Amino acid sequence: MYNFEYKKAGSVDEAAGIVGADDEAKLLAGGMTYIPTLKQRLAAPTTVVDLNGVGGMDGISADGNGVTVGAMARHAAVAASAEVAAAIPALADLASHIGDPQVRNRGTIGGSIANNDPAADYPAALVGLGATVQTNKRTIAADDFFTGLFETALGQDEIVTAVSFPRAGKAAYMKFPNPASRYAIVGVFVAQAADGVRVAVTGAGPCVFRVAEMEAALAANWSADSVAGLGISADGLNEDIHASAEYRAHLVTVMAKRAVAKAG
Amino acid sequence: MTVSVSLTVNGEAVSADVEPRTLLVQMLREELGLTGTHVGCDTSQCGACVVHVDGESVKACTLLAVQAEGADVKTIEGVADGDTLHPMQQAFHENHGLQCGFCTPGMIMSALDLVKNNPDPSEREIREWLEGNLCRCTGYHNIVKSIDAGARAMRG
Amino acid sequence: MTEQGIGAAVARREDRRFVTGQGHYTDDINRRGQTYACFVRSPHAHATLNGVDTAAAGAMPGVRAIFVGEDMAEVGPLICGWAITDVNGEPFRAPPHPALAIGKVNYAGEAVAVVIADTLEQAKDAAAAVEVDYGLLDAVVDPAQATAGGQPQIHEAAPGNLSFEWALGDKAAVDAVFDGAAHVTSLEFANNRLVPNAMEPRACVAEYDAGSGEHTLHIASQNPHVHRLVMSAFHGLAPEHKLRVVAPDVGGGFGSKIFIYAEEVVLTWAASRVRRPIKWTAERSESFLTDAHGRDHVTTAELALDSDGKFLAMRVDTTANMGAYLSTFASAVPTYLYATLLAGQYTTGGIYCNVKAVFTNTVPVDAYRGAGRPEAAYVVERLVEAAAAETGRDPADLRKTNFVPTDAFPYETPVIMQYDCGDFAGSMDQALDLAGYGGFQARKAESKAGGRLRGIGFSSYIEACGVAPSAAAGSLGAGVGLWESANIRFNPTGNVQLFTGCHSHGQGHETAYAQIVADKLGVPYEQVEVIHGDSSKIPFGMGTYGSRSAAVGGSAIVKAADKVIEKGRKIAAHTLEASEDDIEFAGGNFTVKGTDKAMNIAEVAFTAYVPHNYPEGLEPGLDETAFYDPLNFSFPAGTHICEVEVDPETGSVSIERYAAVDDFGVLINPLIVEGQVHGGIGQGVGQAMLEHAVYDGAGQLVSGSYMDYTMPRADDVPSYDVGFNGVPSPLNPLGVKGCGEAGAIAAPAAVMNAVHDALRDVGVGHIEMPATPLRVWQAIQDAAA
Repeated sequence: MYNFEYKKAGSVDEAAGIVGADDEAKLLAGGMTYIPTLKQRLAAPTTVVDLNGVGGMDGISADGNGVTVGAMARHAAVAASAEVAAAIPALADLASHIGDPQVRNRGTIGGSIANNDPAADYPAALVGLGATVQTNKRTIAADDFFTGLFETALGQDEIVTAVSFPRAGKAAYMKFPNPASRYAIVGVFVAQAADGVRVAVTGAGPCVFRVAEMEAALAANWSADSVAGLGISADGLNEDIHASAEYRAHLVTVMAKRAVAKAG
Repeated sequence: MTVSVSLTVNGEAVSADVEPRTLLVQMLREELGLTGTHVGCDTSQCGACVVHVDGESVKACTLLAVQAEGADVKTIEGVADGDTLHPMQQAFHENHGLQCGFCTPGMIMSALDLVKNNPDPSEREIREWLEGNLCRCTGYHNIVKSIDAGARAMRG
Repeated sequence: MTEQGIGAAVARREDRRFVTGQGHYTDDINRRGQTYACFVRSPHAHATLNGVDTAAAGAMPGVRAIFVGEDMAEVGPLICGWAITDVNGEPFRAPPHPALAIGKVNYAGEAVAVVIADTLEQAKDAAAAVEVDYGLLDAVVDPAQATAGGQPQIHEAAPGNLSFEWALGDKAAVDAVFDGAAHVTSLEFANNRLVPNAMEPRACVAEYDAGSGEHTLHIASQNPHVHRLVMSAFHGLAPEHKLRVVAPDVGGGFGSKIFIYAEEVVLTWAASRVRRPIKWTAERSESFLTDAHGRDHVTTAELALDSDGKFLAMRVDTTANMGAYLSTFASAVPTYLYATLLAGQYTTGGIYCNVKAVFTNTVPVDAYRGAGRPEAAYVVERLVEAAAAETGRDPADLRKTNFVPTDAFPYETPVIMQYDCGDFAGSMDQALDLAGYGGFQARKAESKAGGRLRGIGFSSYIEACGVAPSAAAGSLGAGVGLWESANIRFNPTGNVQLFTGCHSHGQGHETAYAQIVADKLGVPYEQVEVIHGDSSKIPFGMGTYGSRSAAVGGSAIVKAADKVIEKGRKIAAHTLEASEDDIEFAGGNFTVKGTDKAMNIAEVAFTAYVPHNYPEGLEPGLDETAFYDPLNFSFPAGTHICEVEVDPETGSVSIERYAAVDDFGVLINPLIVEGQVHGGIGQGVGQAMLEHAVYDGAGQLVSGSYMDYTMPRADDVPSYDVGFNGVPSPLNPLGVKGCGEAGAIAAPAAVMNAVHDALRDVGVGHIEMPATPLRVWQAIQDAAA
């Protein structure tokens, strides 16, 4: 690891001030991706700004509209939350399968979505449920938040503070994990979301995406059979030693089908 | 440039001056001499370094020491009650849940967190919980058996 | 059997320190004034080394020294200790392998320079600042293409990238049998390259005492004396009496910690230059790039059968990838540890095997758990299963038709082995029971109803353990003897220290060996201490590999115990005023035959050290050493049966049941033996379904971390049903055979035969290891197309 200065931020504003003034300063949330990156000397920040001391950022609350999850809420907390389980059980289920137990004890929703790893699970939940990302500056619809491979709409001094998930009808997430890393080779979140049926796919492409044809089919008839015959093109999908683009395309259909079946 | 870090480890107040880049596992091993916590990979996957921070299992290789300021840390050295093994340690011993012993501290620390969350885990739940703990010796058979037996003993 | 003697399932005494975090592994060692080494490694698979500029790095904070290959010219190159004679009568080509590269690098990860600095981070910072001028060359990666014309040449001394071509058997005779056979089964397949991945990364701490001129190397090693011998005799680092090698607690080996690597040679040499202790611990990414890999064969294999299903002959052609250099025992693996096991458990009439050992620009390949025998078992058992399917026979029945019968031992195979004993059909029957073979069709139908494909696969493996009779090994090219030593030292107060040349890195020797001593000498188990791993304490030892610790190391203990009893008999006879011939020894007591006059062995020990009333001319003390050279290999064998379910939509394979029945002869500690079987199966399942060291065309290891190299996890494997059918070996005093590798040898074929069985219903004929979801899905697609 290269050396760096460590600052434990007491507030979001303080953290934003530091990263706003220094392009090479980086935020640290759960650190489940960033610390391994530092260990392998793949990043050389001047300052690491730790958000773990900022109070009030890890709350989870539910009301009639939906669930709001603080950016520093750990995956384990979301998975175990009675509020989440009651309002959007598919979200709790997704959180309970992120990484391993130790990752879930430290990793945060804010860190995960700000990193936007193409194989991460949360982006599928945000896009699949039509969530809204709250930052220290504005709110951003999930559809606009994830902009590309490890890219988001966040500005340099913009910090995710919470994510709001509207209540949904039936919803479920199915993941086909990479056998080695256990990240998603393909993960599909299907939901009768507040604004209509959504099908969001992670792992398959450079960034989470929706499948309009499946959404239309499910809107017409919510059943696994509706999507069983619908495929997506392999063009532009990820390829590695664990999965070809064609295999990923195929798995999108299989996981979509199984997610609908799981949702009931 | 170093930072002073003070925390509680296995019930004792300790402090050390470390660089910000020092990992918790490095502080435990190098500064505090607690070499029971091991490092088996550099991608945060093997789980040989699992310790408890404020009661929850975490990978000590994926937490900066400075982040543990003020925390209550428990390592494998703090699990037994003097010379009396903890029921989970005893279960690993009786069920031959270890061979070379390198992954064992992480396995036990992880197992204790499992039982805290789920006092009566099924075989499938034990196997899934161990996603973050690699063992190369046992084929997991006796580790699973040990955790099952340890959980039973802890239920009393 | 006594409560804690041979055969008792004693829970291990070494556990206490491991479950409490009190183990002492190499990286736990820290010395005053310790410095740290960081190796500068080639990022390229094949390149000329045009220059290494260390000036800037050398001026960085904390840096004590930087060394390159030329600095170590006085140090001998890394060696391969098993010479093979080529089919043309020439010796094998073993090109020089300097510890730090000179002039050229031949694999990505090869060490080019070493930085020694006061802290690890300083060493890393400086290593990153070492400037190396590489002249890039095309890489040779595919072993099947390595000897083809037009390939880049890796070593001047090995034209055509060929180390050797070697053969066993009478080709003409075997060819003639094939010509007249009723049925020939032919298969082509690869045996996938694996990375050993002991959980403790390799590590060493080297020290030099300028006052005494002594070097001490603490190292994660399976055979500290072999390290000392090679580092002294071949690298010339220090004479043996000035080099102490200590292997403390070692976190798994599986073969990878047998070998003498560049890092320990460099550190031992450099410690006397910088006059400071030096530590190096591999990071896992470094382990992937430097630990000797395993397997990596490409094979064509054929089995000739008559119309009754009898195996007439086998023909095997294998290309074995040696990687960039010949590692310490690399040449023995695809030859004498491979082709000699191709008879399997069967009475196959003739066998011919040809092996080409080739160089590629990849990490050197050497012994990994099973070493040659998993590859052989895979050849034999895949052929047999395919032959059963092709000829419409039940795979269990076809095997039984061809098993060496129980009354045929000792049995000479056509591939120079003599099997001592066995009960192959008995193990098969027991395994069929354990596996619930009778209910398989019903389970298959149930799976089918749920849209899943179920298959069952057999693996009736045999292996050769207890390496090895020294004269036989020497005649086949081994550079060392393969005996083992044991020293039993009674202390005056009656407790015992056993010094063994084997090394325990998970096998539980401290418990099992104490059981042997307790059993043979009647000493309470608690009063026996087992000491291993330190060349300054142990007389000499060849270490632990090849499942030899019980058959060879254990036998040495029995021999030493016999000597103790012999001497004790003299002392007891004198004290009890009886004739030596009238003294019987049992249960720790020397008794005068037919009387109640007796003396406990502890009293005998005391008398030996306080010899006031003592036999004339007898030396005081009770401290006996034995060296045991085995008479033959031992031949563990058994049948493993695996049942899998395939999800045809995703290609996922799950292991639903796994039954194993093994003949290991006498079991010293069944609890430990079962653990060895479990672990071996776990690694075998890993090879079959998960693990693969994948190189790209440029020679970069693509699966170079746990993000891409699939280690078996707890939820990838089932619980295993393990049974035993032991036939004691007549060839060693314990009747043991060796259990450490069986699982890894048997499992790949059992799993893959089950996968093939499951996929046969959807028209898939062949699939390679590892049977990943991608590969299974792709095979199903291709079969449907």
